[in-house]
Amino acid sequence: MSNTNNKMPENLTSLAELEDAKLASSDEQSKSQSQIVWGRFLRHKPAMFSSILLVIIAIIAFTSIGYGPLPGWWKASYLEAGVVVNGGKPTLSLLPTWLGGSGIQWGEHPFGQDSVGKDYFALVMNGTQKSLIIAFVVGIVATFIGAIIGAMAGYFRGWVDEVLMRITDLFIVIPLLVLAAVLGQIASSSSGSIILLALVLGLVTWTGLARLVRGEILSLREREYVAAAQAMGSKTSRVIFKHLLPNTIGVIVVNATFAIAGAILLESSLSFLGFGVQPPESSLGLLISQYQNAFTTRPWLFWWPGMIIVAIALSVNFLGDGLRDAFDPRHTGHRRGLFSFLKNRKDRA
Amino acid sequence: MSTMNEENYALSFDDLKVTFETSGPEVQAVKGLSLQVRPGEVVALVGESGSGKSVTSTAAMGLLPSNAKITGEAKVGNVNVVGLDQGKMRKMRATDIAMVFQEPMTALNPVLTIERQLTEALELHGIAYGGEATNRAIELLTMVGIPDPAKRIKQYPHQFSGGQRQRIVIAMAISCDPRVIIADEPTTALDVTVQAEILDLLRELKDRLNTGILLITHNMGVVADMADQVAVMFQGNLVETGSVDQVLMNPQHEYTQRLLAAVPRLTPVEIDETATHTSATAPVGRELVLEAKDLVLEYDMRGSTFRAVENVSFNVAKGEVLGIVGESGSGKSTIAKAVLGLLPVADGTLAVKGHNLPKLSPKEARKIRKDIGVIFQDPAASLNPRFPIGECITEPMVVHKVGTKQERINRALELLDAVKLPRNVINRYPHELSGGQRQRICIARALTMNPELLIADEPTSALDVSVQAVVLEMLQDLQRDFNFACLFVSHDLAVVDMLADYVVVMQSGKAVEQGPVKDVLHAPQHDYTRRLLAAAPVPDPVLQAERRAAWRELNATK
Repeated sequence: MSNTNNKMPENLTSLAELEDAKLASSDEQSKSQSQIVWGRFLRHKPAMFSSILLVIIAIIAFTSIGYGPLPGWWKASYLEAGVVVNGGKPTLSLLPTWLGGSGIQWGEHPFGQDSVGKDYFALVMNGTQKSLIIAFVVGIVATFIGAIIGAMAGYFRGWVDEVLMRITDLFIVIPLLVLAAVLGQIASSSSGSIILLALVLGLVTWTGLARLVRGEILSLREREYVAAAQAMGSKTSRVIFKHLLPNTIGVIVVNATFAIAGAILLESSLSFLGFGVQPPESSLGLLISQYQNAFTTRPWLFWWPGMIIVAIALSVNFLGDGLRDAFDPRHTGHRRGLFSFLKNRKDRA
Repeated sequence: MSTMNEENYALSFDDLKVTFETSGPEVQAVKGLSLQVRPGEVVALVGESGSGKSVTSTAAMGLLPSNAKITGEAKVGNVNVVGLDQGKMRKMRATDIAMVFQEPMTALNPVLTIERQLTEALELHGIAYGGEATNRAIELLTMVGIPDPAKRIKQYPHQFSGGQRQRIVIAMAISCDPRVIIADEPTTALDVTVQAEILDLLRELKDRLNTGILLITHNMGVVADMADQVAVMFQGNLVETGSVDQVLMNPQHEYTQRLLAAVPRLTPVEIDETATHTSATAPVGRELVLEAKDLVLEYDMRGSTFRAVENVSFNVAKGEVLGIVGESGSGKSTIAKAVLGLLPVADGTLAVKGHNLPKLSPKEARKIRKDIGVIFQDPAASLNPRFPIGECITEPMVVHKVGTKQERINRALELLDAVKLPRNVINRYPHELSGGQRQRICIARALTMNPELLIADEPTSALDVSVQAVVLEMLQDLQRDFNFACLFVSHDLAVVDMLADYVVVMQSGKAVEQGPVKDVLHAPQHDYTRRLLAAAPVPDPVLQAERRAAWRELNATK
């Protein structure tokens, strides 16, 4: 404050002049709302840590075994069976020799092998790829549909709102898992494409966002800048896409991340139940379901995919948390509240 | 009062300093304030936004957020409340220090009856319980002038009018007989006629109860009407204190002088009392821009319709300003909305440049919009927070597909010059500007297309007095330069008097009086106009005392 105070002319005696002088003398770089939000997001440690973790998981999953025709750096394939070495135990070791371990090394089969000798690392990486693709496609499709339907319902109100919201209700009252299972079964058995499965899942998970966006638009449309835009003769599409939706971006982005986390779990549940991804393709949920009986004898077949599901879902959730705090700084969680409380107590003492 | 020693102050501040820790630099909100309120005395704390007046009162209530650092003393009676334990502070609230808030609707809990809310403080502080508390609550309601209190005490807040709600809030404040009441802008949210009644009530109560009142306000008229002592704050500093006559009639500090000069007043003009209104015989050769004939406007309320404007006729010609005045619910803003095409016309004609709006196709209507500029009330909400200023200003050009990118930028720079803002603002965002500056951006945006008609819906009522003066002056200059017709909606008669040529006075959807400003506002014929004029307080304690007497007389004859 002292810095800006020095630059302030002290003799001004009118609020209007003071404000203008402040504006003229302020040489701070102007920041748009998105730049401010981005700055806050970068300062959110759990969210930053989660993004880095997520990026690492994604990079390893896609580069190791390659994607489609592109080859990866990992030698084994998830389709080829082989000789089971050492009961299929993982060869990954993280304990250095001086702590009594066998040194930090990948080994031949870092995640072990399954019962027919397939390299489990390659299998898990393939599953992670599929799960990530499904999650992001579902997130994008659900967000797109939800935002458009919510915006239309909130902006037009009246009968448009009634019709759209009753359709939304219809989707909500049918249990999501049952609906997704039926549609997923059709999608994955008819073509075997996971993209189609992801599109279908997106078509049934947009409801929550539609309602949130509708509520947000209902309150935003009463703002005077919207009235001003209408009064200057803007077309409806311009009002919705230029003035209303960009201002709901906070709600949309935050919910998109939670939708992605939800999609990971939904896909895992479906694949676990046998309605999702079909072999020989694999997904994390499918791997768990295939090897659930191996839990007592060869627990790594269960743990690796399980841990990766948890890691992805948790980091996407933390990411959403960070975005929410960044978009709405009043919404700081307990974490920061606790720190500032302890700090204040120290100050007072 | 001179016999009182220092110990008898109801509320006193000694070198109070409040600093807020923010994520950026620390903000000094109050920089060393010393002030005393005696029992039975009204001290007005006056200042504009950012002056620190509300922070001062919140400090006295012990309600500042945890990131505030407070030093110095704030004494309620003999107890210093700075750093006081929350439990002790809670016991002092209502019994020693009470508060009347600005917004009576949000100060009352909408799901509890008035009885529950009034008896709550009494029971919490052990003053009365059960039936006894209810009786005391009824007594309080009688005291603040709620008719038929025994029956109405069972009702909920929404069943009372705005003025009555504020009376109930006042009843809650006096329920435990506090030493001092902090009234934070108690009448700002109310209409002038209601404001006059509430001020009357507060004045009567403090005499009867010998309570000290710290009145926080930005309205100099209210100060002249109520206060004994005045303290003027600017940017966290106390710049001037003194008796109300001293400060308002003979201000010493330059800030106070300029603040008082900025208050719009109804300047008396010489009028021929015998002359009748001349609105019927408008001068010939006027180039009509906006014309309404028997205009009826309705709101659709889930099946039933509510008639907000009924058979109103007026017209505005090029270069003229028509003021529409009235209290809340009079339908004045509804007319502005209809002209802007935000509300369909139910009946009658509303013609812009001879084109009747309800008869136009959407495409033609959009073309007409090019010639209409608009300024709204709330500077915080009238600019899209995601658009840089330059885009805000040139949006009408984008909508109507006018000009190239470079032409648009040039036009934005031109308009920034016209509203006297630095050119580099073009890349800034609305949140970096103050309310007054944002309102100037709105004016610039309204003028982008060189409109023939400007709709200004309460453009200055959310602004501070000195900022309002700047904006009004600018609007006047621009109107002279660009010669547009202007429909100016306001509740403030003095502002309309300053700006408008003609005026329409509205009451519950009907135009009760209309004509040239000098006739209507200086020789009003209709009783309602007279009441409106008498109710608006002026920043002159002597004159205001006379006006108050006149107001009471008007009310007595009603």
